[in-house]
Amino acid sequence: MSLEILDRFNDPELCKELLACLRDELDGEIRFMEVCGTHTVSIFRSGLHSVLPKEVVHLSGPGCPVCVTHESEVNAFLDLAGKDGVIVATFGDLIKVPGDKGHCLKNAQADGARVEIIYSPFDALDLASNNPDSTVVFLGVGFETTAPTIAATVLMAQQQGLENFKVLSFHKLVPPALDILISDPETCIDGFLLPGHVSTVIGIHPYDFIGEKYGKPSVVTGFDPVDILQALLMMVRASKQDHPAIQNQYVRGVSENGNPKAVEVMYQVFEESDALWRGIGMIPGSGLEFRKEFEKYDAKKIFDLNIGECLPLKGCKCGEVLKGKMTPEKCPLFGKACTPAKPVGPCMVSTEGSCAAYFKYKVD
Amino acid sequence: MSSDKVLLDYGSGGRASQRLISELFLKHFANDELDRLNDAATLSLKGKISMSTDSFTVDPIFFPGGDIGSLAVHGTVNDVAMLGAIPRYMTCAYIIEEGLPMEDLEKIVKSMGEACRHAGVNIVTGDTKVVPKGMVDKIFINTTGVGEIIADPAPSGDRAAVGDAVLVSGTMGDHGLTILGTREGLSLESNVKSDSAALNHLLVKLVQEIPDIHVLRDPTRGGLATTLNEITVSSNVCCELEESTIPVLPEVAGGCSFLGLDPLYLANEGKFLCILPQEHAEKALEIMRADDLGKDACQVGTITDANPGKVVLVTPLGGRRLLNMLEGEQLPRIC
Repeated sequence: MSLEILDRFNDPELCKELLACLRDELDGEIRFMEVCGTHTVSIFRSGLHSVLPKEVVHLSGPGCPVCVTHESEVNAFLDLAGKDGVIVATFGDLIKVPGDKGHCLKNAQADGARVEIIYSPFDALDLASNNPDSTVVFLGVGFETTAPTIAATVLMAQQQGLENFKVLSFHKLVPPALDILISDPETCIDGFLLPGHVSTVIGIHPYDFIGEKYGKPSVVTGFDPVDILQALLMMVRASKQDHPAIQNQYVRGVSENGNPKAVEVMYQVFEESDALWRGIGMIPGSGLEFRKEFEKYDAKKIFDLNIGECLPLKGCKCGEVLKGKMTPEKCPLFGKACTPAKPVGPCMVSTEGSCAAYFKYKVD
Repeated sequence: MSSDKVLLDYGSGGRASQRLISELFLKHFANDELDRLNDAATLSLKGKISMSTDSFTVDPIFFPGGDIGSLAVHGTVNDVAMLGAIPRYMTCAYIIEEGLPMEDLEKIVKSMGEACRHAGVNIVTGDTKVVPKGMVDKIFINTTGVGEIIADPAPSGDRAAVGDAVLVSGTMGDHGLTILGTREGLSLESNVKSDSAALNHLLVKLVQEIPDIHVLRDPTRGGLATTLNEITVSSNVCCELEESTIPVLPEVAGGCSFLGLDPLYLANEGKFLCILPQEHAEKALEIMRADDLGKDACQVGTITDANPGKVVLVTPLGGRRLLNMLEGEQLPRIC
């Protein structure tokens, strides 16, 4: 797709027209939740947040993989990083996430741990083959978007006979988390903007339950302002139906059935498991763990890491924010005890976290 | 030189050091003051003096558009010039990791010499240390520069005033993205290169023609966003930027979008921002655009009293958002 065409998804005129349509068709307040850090940032960075009609209420859900990484999972990273002969390989934005004692991988690095920021999981394979005397552990954090690539990396390690490459799999699956959120009677969400990236892999049908079971509209959405406004318009229209079917706004990136090959690779290496979500707790069937035949790559097993529940950070309301029950500014710690300089909770740590976005972008 | 690698001996002060000085540094930096090889340099300067120091540790040491040597000159020359000064002299101190290929060192020294000649400054004193392998990463260079201030009053970060125009001399983020891309071996699809350049000649023209420039700053580390935040805090004013007017090369915008970075936070090494009364903006832009280093200059915003201490970005959609100071380095994101 040429850059000029992609520019159209940022076209201010088109946005103005879509905003006008949205205003015309609104029928009272609509509280929408996006479930993707890229949506959160796009809504703020583009200034969309400040031009949406006031009846359109934006809630930021658990869509940033860094934000939903549980304290006890971060503790496991720190445990690993402290071990002799271990090189931790990670995507960059994980290194500042605090565990339950407030420590993060950056602190571990200062204490002498070897933590390498990489851009692709395949870089971790190079790291492993260049450091045959160390064990390279890749921190597998992310949703369905990331998991297939990491599964492919494991298959590649197997092919290359790389014995010193391991993965700590804390992958999470989006649909089960949404199911828990909607079924919570305290959350008040009228519709969902669903993450386009995740659906490039899983397609749109894993979300059918949102309309069928709960009668709420949901739209798989791209990441530019025009995408988001069009999806909101689709949502407003669908909200007038009883059991609206899932819709796909991001047709240039997502096909109905996603990428079956990627899903197949993901499930070749991993299987569903229960997983801890920060601020939410245990969600059945919402994680991915190694299948038995791949357990020699499983850092959790090999290092016998203990991943138990632990208390959330004191005063932190990230859980409420992730569930859409509270906007970041309403948290008593926001901007005071909790800032990007000294984040208390995960939503302030990640650049794609909703608290960080409010802090960074919101004028008043 | 007798070895093709830098040896510990070269920093010893003995004959090996002497040879390094005469065969390499003097060859490329030659000027009357340095050639005397005294313990200190004699400087002839008039009036108020601008002085600045910076240490350069860039990795990689060679990158598209420059190298650590030219950067060490441009960085310091530009800082000195931002007070409305003519840079005159520089010091340079090298800390070199044992084993650095001689060929690399010579390339760096040569490029430093060329950058000095182009900027019109002389390196008048220097120092070289060689440290055991692993103690530094290849080579670190410190430079200190001094210059004569010709602007009166001198531009300063606390002089931005309500009603002023905010100008930038060109595209934002080129250097930062180049370094990051080269460092990580990312094959960015384009030919992005560092903008590293000495801005002093253009700046001198500017301050000579326009006497009342309130602020001149080079948005290096932390980029335009960080520099403007520093200025709005020092001057207790608000800076309102029109996002659509900020020049960013399409290839830089593309690379940033791919990596989850914001070009407004990326370093520039050959750009400056200029804040001055709105009535002088057109003339300043004319002067800037007449110079190759300012050909893409434009007005990107104005100084207001709306949100003192803050930088507000007006987006193409007409939305308003903060352009906040970054906490630490920008980190590539997960997805």
